Amino acid sequence: MTDNLLEHTRTTAGRRPNVILRFLSSYVFSTDHKVIGIQFLFSSLIWLCIGGLLALAVRWQLAWPWSNMPFFGDTLFASNGGQISPEFYNTLFTMHATIMIFFVVIPILSGAFGNYLIPLMIGAEDMAFPTLNMISYWFMWPAFACVIAMLFVPGYGASAGWTSYPPLSVLASATPTETAQTLWVMALLFAGVSSMMGAINYLTTIIQMRAPGMTMFRMPMTVWAMFVTALMQAFALPVLTSALLMQLSDQVLQTGFFLPENATANNMESASGGGQVLLWQHLFWFYSHPAVYIMILPAMGMVSDMLSCFSRKPLFGYKPMIFSILSIAGLGFIVWGHHMFISGMSRMLAVSFMVSTMLIALPSGIKVFNWIGTMWGGRLHLTTPMLFSVGFVSMFIIGGLSGIVMAAPPVDIVIHDTYYIVAHLHYVLFGSSILGVFGAIYFWFPKMFGRMMNDRMGKVHFLLTFIFLNGTFFPMHFLGRMPRRLADPYVYDSLKDLMPLNQFMTVCAFAMGATQLIFIGNFFFSIFLGKKSGLNPWRCNTLEWTAPSPPPHGNFPVQPIVSRGPYEYSHPDRESDFWPQAE
Amino acid sequence: MALYGMGPFAACQMPPSFSAAGETIDNLFNGIHLLAVVILLGTGGAIGFVLWRYDHRRNPTGKAKYFSHNTVLEFVWTLIPAIILVFLAFYQMKAWSENKMVRPMAMVDGIQTLTPPLVQVKAKQFGWEFHYAGDDGQVETADDLYVEGLLVVPRGQDVVLQLESRDVIHSFFVPELRLKQDVVPGMSQFAWFNANQTGEVDILCTELCGWGHYKMKARLRIVEPEEFQTYLKDLRSTYEAPLASAAKQPSTTSVADAGVTRD
Repeated sequence: MTDNLLEHTRTTAGRRPNVILRFLSSYVFSTDHKVIGIQFLFSSLIWLCIGGLLALAVRWQLAWPWSNMPFFGDTLFASNGGQISPEFYNTLFTMHATIMIFFVVIPILSGAFGNYLIPLMIGAEDMAFPTLNMISYWFMWPAFACVIAMLFVPGYGASAGWTSYPPLSVLASATPTETAQTLWVMALLFAGVSSMMGAINYLTTIIQMRAPGMTMFRMPMTVWAMFVTALMQAFALPVLTSALLMQLSDQVLQTGFFLPENATANNMESASGGGQVLLWQHLFWFYSHPAVYIMILPAMGMVSDMLSCFSRKPLFGYKPMIFSILSIAGLGFIVWGHHMFISGMSRMLAVSFMVSTMLIALPSGIKVFNWIGTMWGGRLHLTTPMLFSVGFVSMFIIGGLSGIVMAAPPVDIVIHDTYYIVAHLHYVLFGSSILGVFGAIYFWFPKMFGRMMNDRMGKVHFLLTFIFLNGTFFPMHFLGRMPRRLADPYVYDSLKDLMPLNQFMTVCAFAMGATQLIFIGNFFFSIFLGKKSGLNPWRCNTLEWTAPSPPPHGNFPVQPIVSRGPYEYSHPDRESDFWPQAE
Repeated sequence: MALYGMGPFAACQMPPSFSAAGETIDNLFNGIHLLAVVILLGTGGAIGFVLWRYDHRRNPTGKAKYFSHNTVLEFVWTLIPAIILVFLAFYQMKAWSENKMVRPMAMVDGIQTLTPPLVQVKAKQFGWEFHYAGDDGQVETADDLYVEGLLVVPRGQDVVLQLESRDVIHSFFVPELRLKQDVVPGMSQFAWFNANQTGEVDILCTELCGWGHYKMKARLRIVEPEEFQTYLKDLRSTYEAPLASAAKQPSTTSVADAGVTRD
């Protein structure tokens, strides 16, 4: 089968002598899952830089409001004397969240690592639908184009928050951000369609294309996590897509799905009404809460694999781990109401959402215990990917525990929409997901590019990121009385005393941003000049490490036959401390 | 890891509570945090220990232990958190229902009934309007008294607010009362509290409502009941003055001069 494919590639390449065409088909419009994965990786990393800069601008305004912004202030806001205007502040945090969620965390986890790793880890030569896979990447580009187009329309971006609650987001025609608001909806639609195509592809591939001997319960956690993530995307995204279409039609066609009778806002009156403001919130969170797990489960899977490999020990409780991600996914569909405890939703309903939210803490807790159990009694090698994985686990504990605090509706009355929530979501999304992503990049970089990343620079990167991320986000737990999304919190006398703390957090945030330069430097240095890695530099069990680094189109020289699970490290019957799945 | 110990201070950052219901919430907040910190110290300590004890440099020749599960241990660490979580879930239901579901009762004309709203709060981009009931004792009638930017309420009484929005979603937040409720256009909602001390505090908007969201503020002044009656009488006389009824909008400053000092 593999030979046929190689043959096929060779003949098609032979029929097209044109070098440019060949370059385009193998590096740009490639149907090879690895190329597509790396394309997702690069575009997400570029958006990560942009989203990070937006966050720094937000932090600048919170620490030194209405003062001349460094570097960019003079050119961007010449008319304001270098200041960020309150409208633009709203745009900044809206676009920061939109980019980080839809263009960074989701595509880098399921787009980049899902694409790259699934066929390699299950011993397949490619995805089940390679062309669909390529289209799924190229559907991100209209989304990128929409966001770039926002820079050329008034307002420079959407400004109704990443949750885009109507009527604010719909009745925007009297504000400068009208067009940007519509572009925002379009961007999400395209990104959603891209994820949906990816999800269908992953599900089919994992069900149909596993190598001989690769039973479901011999799949590595990474693949399991990607599988469950794809399930969630396949079921939740249609809801977001239809909700987005309804909001688009409210904006453009003057319908009133989300507008009450006689709605007026932003000095304009709506043409129609009779809709429900809360309907959008229900539909939006029905997707966006599962999306929270879409943004963490793949990282959990990858961290499980890295922890087991660097502890040289079998993963503790493999099946319970699988059942916990399955139950996280199932429960994840019935907890969305905890975003809406004080939204005006039925107050009785809040009670049942609280119970389901409490329950979802249980599988998360089991995972944490199992990770610690995996390291217990091992022989830990504290390489860079291992450090990031341990960082992931410890940050996830903090983020998970603050999640339990806010799952209690009476407590949520106080901390809802304050910086306490901001602390929680950044511990989960940055402290966990992004640390997991960094770990995964250091871990699979040798497979992707055939060279190792520098370990010393990686450790410095980890240490500084870890310190500054806690410096930035931990103090936010103390800001339970400071509402989010205030361009200048200090107009309230009661918040004036929080300024020094905010300045401290901003300094840490800038330091954290600067730290990432070490990563960027290491990344590009290692692509070209890193130490050659060979097939299996980490002495790891899973199938991708039996393929050449980087693997050619078609992945494996011979079809791997799987004869054991992925976590047979330090088996007592063997001299060597690992036992590859295909040996 | 040193950060793990800082959790309990989170609660200290809230301003003092002005109501008994707020204290219930604070107790819940502190209790769950205490639990969280214990778990944090336990798991954080375990991670720290593992990193130190099982580093391969402490075990240069040996092999890792080969085990993949421990049924008893897993059963225990599933059951105990499950019990804690279910307990937490049921334990807090009362506080939630008192705050959001069971509106206080009052005697009106000799009949036990739900306390009628004292004030109709109308949120708009970017300010707060407070409509007091006029002589008929009901809000939303022609004789309502209307003030902008300052809410005055009596101490020691059940105060019910009727929350409505003129345009987009806003959120009514008074940290001292531990009171927050989104104000949704097209809906009329009720919030209630019973303040146990006098004072003047901030009312904040906590739902993004447009460019001026950050400055959508008002003040809440809690006064003794007698003082509140004087305030209402003064407010009414402002309305009865012909000039004021022509302008229809008594200015905030004239109301603020009603004679209550900030403590």
